[in-house]
Amino acid sequence: MNVPMEQGILLAAILFCLGLTGLLVHRNIIYMLMSVEVMLNAAGLAFIVAGSAWGEADGQVMFIFILAMAAAEVSVGLALIIQMFKKFRSVDINKASTMNG
Amino acid sequence: MKELLWLIVALPFSGALILALAGRKLSRLTCSIIGVGTVSLSAGLTILAGLDFMGNNPTGKPYLQVLWRWIDVGGLSPDIAFHLDAVSLTFIFVITFVGALIHLYSAQFMWKEDGFSRFFTYMNLFIGFMLVLVLADNLLLLYLGWEGVGLCSYLLIGFWYKNPDNGYAARKAFIVTRVGDTALAIGLFILFMTFHSLNIREILNAAPGTWGIGSGIAVAVALLLLGGAVGKSAQLPLQTWLPDAMAGPSPVSALIHAATMVTAGVYLIARTHVLFELAPIVQTTVAVIGAATLLIAGFSALNQHDIKRVLAYSTISQIGYMFLALGVGAWSAAIFHFMIHAFFKALLFLGAGAVIWVLNDEHNMFKMGGLRKKLPVVFWTFLIASGSLAALPLITAGYFSKDKIIWLAYVGDKGSVVLWLAALIGAFITALYTFRMVFLTFFGTTKAEPSARPGTGMVIPMLILAFFSFAAGYIELPENMGHVVLFSGFIEKTLPATATIHLGNSTELVFQLIAGLAAISGLFVAYKYYFNKPYPAAVPERNALQNFFFNGWDFDFVYDKMIVTPIVFLSRIDKDDFVDLFYKGLASLARALNIVLSASQNGRVRWYAMVIAIGAILTLTLIFYP
Amino acid sequence: MILIWLIILLTGSGLLAWLAGRWSNTLPRVISLVANLFLLGIVITMWLKSVPGTEGQWVSSYTHAWVPGFGIQIKLAADGLSLLMLLLTSFMGIISVLASWKEINKNVGFFHFNLMLVLAGITGVFLALDLFLLYFFWELMLIPMYFLISIWGHENKTYAATKFFLFTQASGLLMFLSILALYFIHGANTGVYTFDYEQLLGTNIAPNVAFLLMMGFVIAFTVKLSTVPLHSWLPDAHTQAPTAGSVILAALLLKTGAYGLIRFVLPLFPQASQQFAPVAMALGVISILYGAKLAFAQTDLKRLVAYISVSHMGFILLGIYAFNEMAMQGVVMQIIVHGISTGALFIIAGALSHRIHTRELAQMGGLWSKVPRMGAMGLIFVLASLGLPGLGNFVAEILILIGSFPSNQLLTILATIGLITATVYSLRIMQKVFYGVKHKEWKIADFGFREMVVMGSLTVVIIWLGLFPSPVLRLSENPVRNIIEKVNQSQTKSAQNEAATTDYMSVRRLMKEQHFNTKNKNVNTKE
Repeated sequence: MNVPMEQGILLAAILFCLGLTGLLVHRNIIYMLMSVEVMLNAAGLAFIVAGSAWGEADGQVMFIFILAMAAAEVSVGLALIIQMFKKFRSVDINKASTMNG
Repeated sequence: MKELLWLIVALPFSGALILALAGRKLSRLTCSIIGVGTVSLSAGLTILAGLDFMGNNPTGKPYLQVLWRWIDVGGLSPDIAFHLDAVSLTFIFVITFVGALIHLYSAQFMWKEDGFSRFFTYMNLFIGFMLVLVLADNLLLLYLGWEGVGLCSYLLIGFWYKNPDNGYAARKAFIVTRVGDTALAIGLFILFMTFHSLNIREILNAAPGTWGIGSGIAVAVALLLLGGAVGKSAQLPLQTWLPDAMAGPSPVSALIHAATMVTAGVYLIARTHVLFELAPIVQTTVAVIGAATLLIAGFSALNQHDIKRVLAYSTISQIGYMFLALGVGAWSAAIFHFMIHAFFKALLFLGAGAVIWVLNDEHNMFKMGGLRKKLPVVFWTFLIASGSLAALPLITAGYFSKDKIIWLAYVGDKGSVVLWLAALIGAFITALYTFRMVFLTFFGTTKAEPSARPGTGMVIPMLILAFFSFAAGYIELPENMGHVVLFSGFIEKTLPATATIHLGNSTELVFQLIAGLAAISGLFVAYKYYFNKPYPAAVPERNALQNFFFNGWDFDFVYDKMIVTPIVFLSRIDKDDFVDLFYKGLASLARALNIVLSASQNGRVRWYAMVIAIGAILTLTLIFYP
Repeated sequence: MILIWLIILLTGSGLLAWLAGRWSNTLPRVISLVANLFLLGIVITMWLKSVPGTEGQWVSSYTHAWVPGFGIQIKLAADGLSLLMLLLTSFMGIISVLASWKEINKNVGFFHFNLMLVLAGITGVFLALDLFLLYFFWELMLIPMYFLISIWGHENKTYAATKFFLFTQASGLLMFLSILALYFIHGANTGVYTFDYEQLLGTNIAPNVAFLLMMGFVIAFTVKLSTVPLHSWLPDAHTQAPTAGSVILAALLLKTGAYGLIRFVLPLFPQASQQFAPVAMALGVISILYGAKLAFAQTDLKRLVAYISVSHMGFILLGIYAFNEMAMQGVVMQIIVHGISTGALFIIAGALSHRIHTRELAQMGGLWSKVPRMGAMGLIFVLASLGLPGLGNFVAEILILIGSFPSNQLLTILATIGLITATVYSLRIMQKVFYGVKHKEWKIADFGFREMVVMGSLTVVIIWLGLFPSPVLRLSENPVRNIIEKVNQSQTKSAQNEAATTDYMSVRRLMKEQHFNTKNKNVNTKE
């Protein structure tokens, strides 16, 4: 089955916007991390759609790359979240703004 | 002996050096031996060198001693070299001889003061610089001596440094004379630019061929040199520092502010007389300045109550006579009056110093009186010197020197009736204020008892100077009174003779009588108003005009309002440098931007994410819908 | 070869001093003292060995490739002028080490590391003949100096250090831009891309571009020289720096600006310098008078001395742009004597404020009776700074003034008024500090043996320079003449060019007039 590129890209865009909205509305850092994952996967989907549309393997290569990166990012991110929870006793991101950074 | 010329200069300097390095470890006796000894040796050498110069040198050919090349850059190559001729010989004789006597006097005068060695360091240093000034063969070396004596004057006026008034007077003296010095320096620049040399003889030889009489540049140079001279010699309009300079110890006033340094201006003009002859208008200015100064200072002297300030104004006035003489081209008369003046004015200051010393620092003449019996030696020497200052006819040296100037002010080819009248009125006033001082101090009732008597160390110099104040006049007598021309004959080996209109001996006699009469009537008026008159022992009351005279014709007031106040005001409002405001403004701008931008850096991750999203959307919009 | 060792010696002993600071406070002082003495010894030997008036321009030189791909070399060379500067550097180095002997007790090792590094940078600037290397050393001076001020300075040290850093850095970047532009212009003209000073001399640059490039250099150097209106970092830096820092700033760092103007700006941009001369001389005069006015207004002793520096540096600018040998020699002399006299004044101010813990003039007064030796020394150097004949400063100032007079009479006369203002502010120091009424009964020690050695040697040098300046002046005679010649040649050259262009124009006009007469046209073109 061949999905037209427009639809695939549209789906990716919707997913990306959902992820972004999630990122912006949540204060819970775990939700935010999940939203980032959604955004990453949306980007990956766009790569795959484009790759299949042009019949190139590059899209899939990029997706595998993104997956690997997302895995690494999640592991570091979760470790940071645990540290943050230890320090602030909370997963509210706004509590962690004391460094103004 | 002439080969030892350098030693005459080196001796006082070496004395100063020893005293400066080791003075505080030496006893007072050693200090005074070094101080007095080196200057006395210089004086002895000067007399030997002078005899050698006069004996073996009938034409008066100058003697030049080059020590080393001072600077050698791009055509400017002044040497450290001494030039001995009749004029400089006269000056170094007065400097070392009177200087040695005053040193001797100070050894006792200053004995109880703190900083005894410091005093002799400065005094020796002064003698050294003064000798450099008059012996210099180039103007740059002359300038060295010129500034050096100014420095010593500063140091010695402020010798009692704990009183801020003395410090103020010292600074005033230095700064006011430096104004003149700066004019002199600019004069040197022009001279160097024109002649590519600062050697005095080379300049004097080349100037008449280069500049026409009355040419603009010659006038400018002469005016600038005159600026230097009026500063140093306390003439109009830079005379204001000298009365305040009396804050220094009396021997200092005697040496620096009467006998030697203040006459440096006279020396400078006499030395560079060719330049002044090339600028007749400036030479006339010299005469006018001299005449005006001698009158202004005379009136001020008449209204002082501080004995030293009387003498200070009288010094200004007498130097006015010398300037008048220079202005009418009576070169040798000016030098002659310089020499006689050095003797009697030094003596007057020493006498005044002795009076002040025995009366425990009392300066007010109205609180003195009756000292004639208590201090006979001081009285008689003071009287001789006063007679000389007042130019009492025939019996004093001052008469012969001053009468010559008064006569030449009329009869010299640059003289005039106005100048003669000014000089004559000046003579009357001089006699008046001199004997006012004598009568107030030494006659009448005793108002203060002397606490001590001056010792031999102070008396001997006074006696020697008294002898010279009386006898030195007889080496130069007018044509109708024996016609002795020892002095002018000697000086005229170096300086030109005065061109005069010959009016004959009988006319001269009339003029002499008038001048003598002026002096005697001054004495008489003083006698009438001040002899044995019961003035209260206080500062006398003065009316507005007298106050005006007392304050030196309010020159200080005007300078203060015109120059000092604006400068101080400017300094006060711009202490922190308005240029810095610009850079401070830049810094504030950076800080303001920092505040604005750092507000966006609030640490809220979601805020950042939103900004990124909005930024991305905006960028994309701009890319796709430009 | 010896030249690179000078720099290695300074840097190496600095590192050594830092290391030694771990174990002892005295050891770093001894190390830097010995290193500076050694440096002075080497420089004096070079001086004695150099034959004055020899034909070769450089007494000693050293070249080694650094980054050959970009035409960057380590090229050092010394002529009489640089030798004099090195003499001053090593002498003032010794003085500043001795002056800070007791004052610095915190991080002594690091202090001396910075001190030696500044000296290394300064030495490098005085020797560098490769513009990239010059910039390298220029920055090398800056950073340790920043530390000297910001670590060992007084109450407002961070402000002062930052201000100093920003001024120097910003102006240094302008110079770097000019250097790069010069590099590329020369490369485009000849195909040889190099930073070599001697090759860059005589690069053909369009006049207006040359003027811009020159301004880059000039701004960098006049900031260092603290010319009004670029002077305002100096009073802060001088006031806040520790004594040794003030001494090095006044005696050496300011002089790199003067040296740079003489060595680089005039020979590289002779024609542009001619154009710029009236402005520069006017700025010099403004510095003299405005600096004096500000000095007079100050109540902080060190700040007062700092403004004296501004005023004295004005003479340097005036003299450099007078373009004649006398003024230029006066400038060389002024560089040296100002280093000594102002250095001495800073040492006195530093010693005094170290003892009484204030720099306020109002708190002082009547100190002569307490500290007569300090007073006497103060007197000598106050007199030096007001230009008393017989001391070195007089020789410098009078040479500058006599030399500048033919170039610009009005400005020289205004500058001469600086002699009066100098008297006013200098005597104020004596009056406020040593004379007058005692405001407080200070219990303070007079100069001790070490301090008297320092001050005594400075005194001897300043009097020696005042009475026997010839050895110094002879050393810089040839370099100065070369530079003046270069500038004046360019003037005649440009005059010739101008003449040539007018000739050409007139020929063109003639050609036009006789448009139809081919015969005449040929004749005229030949003309």
